[in-house]
Amino acid sequence: MLQDSNTTRRSLLGMTGTGVLSLAAVGLLANNSAMAAMGAKKGGAKGDVDILNVALGLEHEAINAYQIGAESGLLDKGTLGVAVGFQSDHKFHRDALVATIKKLGGKAVAEKSRDEYVSSLNAASIKNATDIVKLAQRLELGAVNAYLGVIPSFVDKGLAQVAAKLGADEVLHYTALTSALGEQLPVGVNGFPFG
Amino acid sequence: MKSIARAFAVGFLIGTIGFVVASASHAAVVGDAARGAKIYEQKCTGCHSIDANRVGPAHRGVYGRKAGLAPGFAYSPGLKGSKIIWAEPTLDRWLTNPQATIAGARMGFRLADPAQRADVIAYLKTQGKKKR
Repeated sequence: MLQDSNTTRRSLLGMTGTGVLSLAAVGLLANNSAMAAMGAKKGGAKGDVDILNVALGLEHEAINAYQIGAESGLLDKGTLGVAVGFQSDHKFHRDALVATIKKLGGKAVAEKSRDEYVSSLNAASIKNATDIVKLAQRLELGAVNAYLGVIPSFVDKGLAQVAAKLGADEVLHYTALTSALGEQLPVGVNGFPFG
Repeated sequence: MKSIARAFAVGFLIGTIGFVVASASHAAVVGDAARGAKIYEQKCTGCHSIDANRVGPAHRGVYGRKAGLAPGFAYSPGLKGSKIIWAEPTLDRWLTNPQATIAGARMGFRLADPAQRADVIAYLKTQGKKKR
């Protein structure tokens, strides 16, 4: 269990290099967007754009969840730094998804108001740092499984690979948060903890 | 000799019946709501909640409801125009491949395992119109 903010900080400080992985994923996404744009001419890209927009919605939500945590005043300096780092990863994801959606001729879904995220994420129930980390952990796990679950639906298999990359990034976040909470990492069914 | 042949015939008949029963039970997977709650938590809450519209619509009361009618959620035209009623067969098809079930659906998430789909559907069935 997360006992205090020092524990959180110690557990999370080892994860500050995650932005590098996100940059790699973003680079791959940027390259694939050109491929995807070519694929759009052949048809079938509308479904891909729709899926990317759902992913973008997830990234908007994650960015806002970390912002709610950061502004809560409940996180110590070290934990706050890690939260902002994870949020930064999601901002990279968001920007890359927006660019790809536009290149495919789609319209990127807009961020909702902060009040809407506060309400839908039930932020009023947050009482301490553990609650914030648990919320982030839950969202990261959901994002991992969401990215894995959309892979077979992409017409452009390059985008499927990108979804796997983004999902892997969320696994990294989820693992760090789970360790910070002192929880066991998932074992899963038939040896697969995710998907 | 006749008795041996009869024994083989009876054995074959029992084996065939067993195979048919096993196949039938595989085709009609019975979901478990408790297992479904765990699967829902792990695989659906990235986008959905029972009582809040998020990236996807709130799921309270979805079972038995016409598609595209969760209050306050901005659906795709495909979902809005659909005449599908959410029940076991329609939800099973939807979770297998949403964009093949309803043209223009935004959701691309697929739940490949039939047993897990049945469990999630059984769970959604318990999430009626009113909060428990």
